[in-house]
Amino acid sequence: MTEFTPPEINYYAIAPILIMFGAAIVSVLVEAFVPRRGRRPTQLVLVIGSIVAALAVTIDLRGTRLVTGAGAVAVDGPTLLLWAALLVISLLGALLMAERTIDPVGDSFAPRASALPGSDDEQQFARRGYLQTEVWPFLLFAITGMLVFVAANDLLIMFVALEVMSLPLYLLAGMARRRRLLSQEAALKYFILGAFSSAFFLYGAALLYGYSGSVGFVAISDALTAKPSEGTLVALGVALVIVGLLFKVSAVPFHQWTPDVYQGAPTSVTALMAATVKIAAFGALLRVLYVAVGGLRWDWTPMLWIIAALTMLVGSIVAISQTDVKRMLAYSSVAQAGFILIGVIAATPEGLASSLFYLIAYGFTTIGTFAVVSLVRNASGEATSMAAWAGLGRKSPLTAAVFSLFLLSLAGIPLTSGFVGKFAVFTAAIASGGTWLVIIGVVASIIAAFFYVRLIVLMYFAKPTEDTASVAIPSAFTTIALTTAAVLTIALGVFPQWLLDVLEQAGVFIR
Amino acid sequence: MTELMPAEGVFSLIWLLIALPLAGAVILLCAGRRTNSWGPYLGVLTVSASAVLGWVMLWEMLQVSPEQRTVEQNLYSWLVVGDFQADMAFQLDQLSMVFVLLITTVGALIHVYSIGYMSHDRDRRKFFGYLNLFVAAMLILVLANNYLLLYVGWEGVGLASYLLIGFWQYKPSAAAAAKKAFVINRVGDVGLSLAIMLMFVTFGTVSFEGVFGSADEASQGTLNAIGLLLLLAAAGKSAQFPLQAWLLDAMEGPTPVSALIHAATMVTAGVYLITRSNAIFDIAELAATAVIVVGVITVFMGAIIGSAKDDIKKSLAGSTMSQIGYMVAAVGLGPIGYVFGIFHLLTHGVFKAGLFLGAGSVMHGMNDNVNMRRYGALRTVMFITFITFAAGWLSILGIPPFSGFWSKDEIIHAAFEQGVVVGVLLVIAAGITGFYMTRMFIMTFLGKARWEEGVHPHESPKVMTIPLIILALGSTFLGMALLFWGDIESWLEPVVGFESKPAALSTAATIAISLTVVIMGAIVAYVMYWRRPVPIEEPRGSWLTRAAREELYGNQVNDALVVKPTYVAARATAVLDAKVVDGVVNGSAAFVGALSTRLRRYQTGFVRSYALSMVGGAVLVVLALVLVRAS
Repeated sequence: MTEFTPPEINYYAIAPILIMFGAAIVSVLVEAFVPRRGRRPTQLVLVIGSIVAALAVTIDLRGTRLVTGAGAVAVDGPTLLLWAALLVISLLGALLMAERTIDPVGDSFAPRASALPGSDDEQQFARRGYLQTEVWPFLLFAITGMLVFVAANDLLIMFVALEVMSLPLYLLAGMARRRRLLSQEAALKYFILGAFSSAFFLYGAALLYGYSGSVGFVAISDALTAKPSEGTLVALGVALVIVGLLFKVSAVPFHQWTPDVYQGAPTSVTALMAATVKIAAFGALLRVLYVAVGGLRWDWTPMLWIIAALTMLVGSIVAISQTDVKRMLAYSSVAQAGFILIGVIAATPEGLASSLFYLIAYGFTTIGTFAVVSLVRNASGEATSMAAWAGLGRKSPLTAAVFSLFLLSLAGIPLTSGFVGKFAVFTAAIASGGTWLVIIGVVASIIAAFFYVRLIVLMYFAKPTEDTASVAIPSAFTTIALTTAAVLTIALGVFPQWLLDVLEQAGVFIR
Repeated sequence: MTELMPAEGVFSLIWLLIALPLAGAVILLCAGRRTNSWGPYLGVLTVSASAVLGWVMLWEMLQVSPEQRTVEQNLYSWLVVGDFQADMAFQLDQLSMVFVLLITTVGALIHVYSIGYMSHDRDRRKFFGYLNLFVAAMLILVLANNYLLLYVGWEGVGLASYLLIGFWQYKPSAAAAAKKAFVINRVGDVGLSLAIMLMFVTFGTVSFEGVFGSADEASQGTLNAIGLLLLLAAAGKSAQFPLQAWLLDAMEGPTPVSALIHAATMVTAGVYLITRSNAIFDIAELAATAVIVVGVITVFMGAIIGSAKDDIKKSLAGSTMSQIGYMVAAVGLGPIGYVFGIFHLLTHGVFKAGLFLGAGSVMHGMNDNVNMRRYGALRTVMFITFITFAAGWLSILGIPPFSGFWSKDEIIHAAFEQGVVVGVLLVIAAGITGFYMTRMFIMTFLGKARWEEGVHPHESPKVMTIPLIILALGSTFLGMALLFWGDIESWLEPVVGFESKPAALSTAATIAISLTVVIMGAIVAYVMYWRRPVPIEEPRGSWLTRAAREELYGNQVNDALVVKPTYVAARATAVLDAKVVDGVVNGSAAFVGALSTRLRRYQTGFVRSYALSMVGGAVLVVLALVLVRAS
C-alpha cells in the first residue's frame, strides 16, 4: 500500500474559487432554510457580495504566478485576468437576472412550471411570493465552474470544471417564464449535445493519459518532447479534447446548438452564457493548446485554420438570413468565435494577449446587446422577431442608439472595443504568418457588418408599424449593467492601451 | 527634405480643430429636444470656430520656411500590440492644411445655409449634430499621421454620410439609398483595411512617415497590390467606377448634405488618399496606370449620366462623379498631376458646393420639385440664385477667368504631358460637360416657365443667399487667387512633389482646343433646349439617353454580380447548415453512417442532426490531425 499524501495547496491563491464555491453552498442552504419572502434579498446580497469579494481577492493576487494542488491548478497572469473578467461580467449578468420590473408579472423565470404564463394561477403565485430563487445557487455553481475551468492545469480538473460550469447552465436555460416550450426544448438540446461533447473531451483525455501516463498539462507536454514519434494516439487524443472545447466556444461544425439555446433561454441567462462561457472555454482552449500540446503546434494549426475560416464564414453568412434577433446574435457569436480563433492560432504571446483582449471586449459588448434585447417587448413578452424592431429608433432613440453602438462594436467599426479586438488578433496573426486567414477574416467581417447594419437600418430607417415593439423601462439593475457595458465598449475603443498594457504584464501561461 | 516639427504655439491646438465640431455633435445628439431652438447656432459656431483656427494656422504656417511646415502632434499612444504601434497623432502639412480650410470654411458656409434650408424640420438639431460629426470625422481623416487613424476618419465620414443620406427616413427611397451607400462603401473599406494590413506586413508600421520612408525597399508586386487596394478604397469613397452606383441615390439626402459631403469634401477623400500615398504610387506603375484608367472611365460615365437626368440634383451628382474622375486621373499622372488634382479639388469643392446650394435654393422656391422640365425662366424670380449659379456654371465649364478654367485646364495640359490619348479623352469629356451644364442652366433659369400649378417661386432668405454669394465669389476668383497669389504648385511641392514635362500641346493650344470643344458642347445644348421648347414629359430618347437615365445600368450590374449571388449563397448556406450536413456525413464515412442510424434510434428532432454534424466534425478534426501527424 502506498500511503496517500495530500497535495500542498496554496489556499489564498485559489481563494476566489473557494469564495464562489462556499457562496454556492450557502446559497443552497438559503433555499432550504430562509422563509420564502426573504430568499430573494438574501440571495442577491450573497451573490453580489461573494462576487465582489472574489474580485477583490483576485485583484489582490495580481502578480501571482504559481501552480498549486499538485500541479492541478495554475494561478498566473492570464488566469487572474480571466477571473477578473469572468467575475465582472457575471456580476453584470447577475444584475440582469435580478431584474423584475421589465415584465409586468415579475422576473424572467417561471415560478412554477405548472402555471401558464400570464394566467391567473401565475399571478397568484407571484402575489404569494413564489419565485424561482434556485437560479442563484445555479449561477454561483456555474461561476465556480468557470473560475476552475480557466485555471485548470490538468485534464481531469478541467473536465470536472467543465461539468460544474455546464450543468447549472443547462438548467438555467430551461427556466424561461414565457415561451416555455421553446426554453425547455433548448435546455434539453443543450444538455444532450453538451453531454455528447463532454464525452469527446473525456475520451480524448483518456487517450492522452494513455499516451503520457499523466493528465497534467506539463507532463503531457514533456511526454511530447520525450517521445515525439508515437503519432496516432496523441493526435487522436488532442483532436477529441479540442472538439470538446470547440463545442463550448461554438465553432463550426459544433455550433448548431447555439441559435436554439440562445433563442430559447431566458434572455438574461443568454446574456450571461454568451459572454462568460465563451470567455471560459477560450481560456481553457488557450491553455490546452499553448501549455499541454504547444509542441504539436504544427499539427493542430492546419485543422484549426480550417475551423476558424469555416466558423467565420458560416456564422457571418447564415446570420444574414435570420429573421429573429436572438438567433441572429447567436450566429454572430459563432462568427465572433472564428475571429477569436485567428488570435488563438497565432500561438505567440501577442496571439494570447490579443485573444484575451478580444474576449474581454466581446464579453462586455455581448452582455449589453442581450440586455437591450430583454427590454424590447410587446404584449406577449420579448419581441425578438426583426419585424418588431422596425422603426424602434423613432420610438425609443436612446435604446436604439445604445444597441447600435453594440452592433457597431460587433461589426468592428473604429473607436469601439470590437475594432481594437479585431485589429489586435489580425495583427498578431499576420505577424505569425497567418495572412490568408486574416484576409478571410476581413472578408467575413465585411459580410458580418452587413447584417449588423441591416438591423440598425431597420431600427432607424424603417417606419414604425403596429407590430413595432415598445421598450420597457428597466430598474437600476439592468440600467447599471447596460451603462457599464456601453461605457466599456467605447472606453476600450478609444483608450485600449491600459488593458493592452495589463495584458502584456500578465504575460504568458505558467508551465 | 521636410522635417517633422513639434506642435508649438497655435499648432498645439490641432486637436481643437477636431474637438470643437466633435463636442458640438455630442451635445446636439445627446441633449435631445431641448436644443432644438439654439442647436443649429451651436453647430454653426463650432465649425466656424474651427475655420477661424484653421486660417490662423495657415497664417502661422506662412511664417516659416517650406521645409518646416510639417507639424506633428502626438496626443497619446492609441494601440500597441507587439511590434505594432499606432498613435492618436495628427500631422498638419501643406496638403492637410488646404483640406482643413476647405472642410471648415465650406462646411461653415453650408451650416449657415442649412439654418434657412432646414428651418421647418422638426429634427434639425439632429441634422446639425450629424453635420458636426461629419466635419469632425473628415478632419480626423485629413489630419491623421498614420493609416489606421485615417481609417477611423474614413469610417466616421462613411457613418455620418450614411446617417445624413437617410435623414429623411420616412422616405423609403432615402432609407434604401443610405443602405446602398453603406454597402458599396464597405467594399471600398475592405480595400483600405487590407492595404493597411499589407503595409504593416511589408513595412512593420502604418505611419505615413514610416511607410513612405521605406517605400522604395518593397517589391514592385507588393507596392502594386497596396496601390490597387488603395484605389479600391478611393473608388468606393469617391464614387469612381466600378463602385459609383451609390452617389446618385445619395441625392435623397437634404441638399446641404449633397453640397458638403457628396460634392465638396467626403467624395474627394479618395483623391486625398491617393495623393497622400504618392510615395507608393510613384513607384507602383501598374497601380498608377489603373488610377488613370478608372478616372477617365468615370469622367465619361458621370458626364453621360449628367446629360440625361432631368432631376437637377442627380444631374449635378453625375457631374460630381465626372469632375472627381478628372481629379483621380490627374493624381494618377504622378508628380506632374498631383498639385493640379488637388487644385481642381479645391476649386470644384467651392463651385460645386455653390451649384448644389443653388439647386437647393431653386428647390426651396419650387416646393421641393427636382424635375428640371418643370423649371424654366427662374431668372426673373430668383435673381441672386440665378447670378450665383451662373458663376458656378461658367466655372465648371472652364471659361476664363472663372476658377474651374485654371484648374481643369492644368489637368488637361498635364494629361497631354503624359500622352495624347488621355489628353484627347479629357478634352472630349470637357465638351460633354459644356453640354450638360448648359442644358441644366437653360432648363432651369432660361426659356419659358413650365411651372406646375400652384407653385409660386420666390427668392430664398438671406441666410441662404449670402453663402451662395460667397461661394459664387469663390467660384469666380479662387482659381486665380490660388494660382497667382497662393502659388499652389510650390505650396504643395514639398509634400507631393512637382515636375513638368514637355507636352504634345503647348498651354495656349490646350486652352484654345478645350475652350472650343466646351463652347461647341454648350451650343448644342443651346440649340436643343433653348431654340426648341422643352417638353414637360420626357421624350423616349436615343438608346444612349435611355441607358444614361438608367445610370448606365450600374445598379443592374451590381444586382446581378453581387447582391443576388450573396443572397443565394446565404440561403444555400443556411439550408446546408440545417439539412445537408448530416446527409454528407452519412454518405462519406461508413462507420459514421452506422453510428448515425444508432443515434437516430435514440433521438428525434433536430438534435439528431446537430449531434451528427458534431460527429462528422470530430471525424474530420481527427483525420486532419492524424493525417498531418502521419505525413
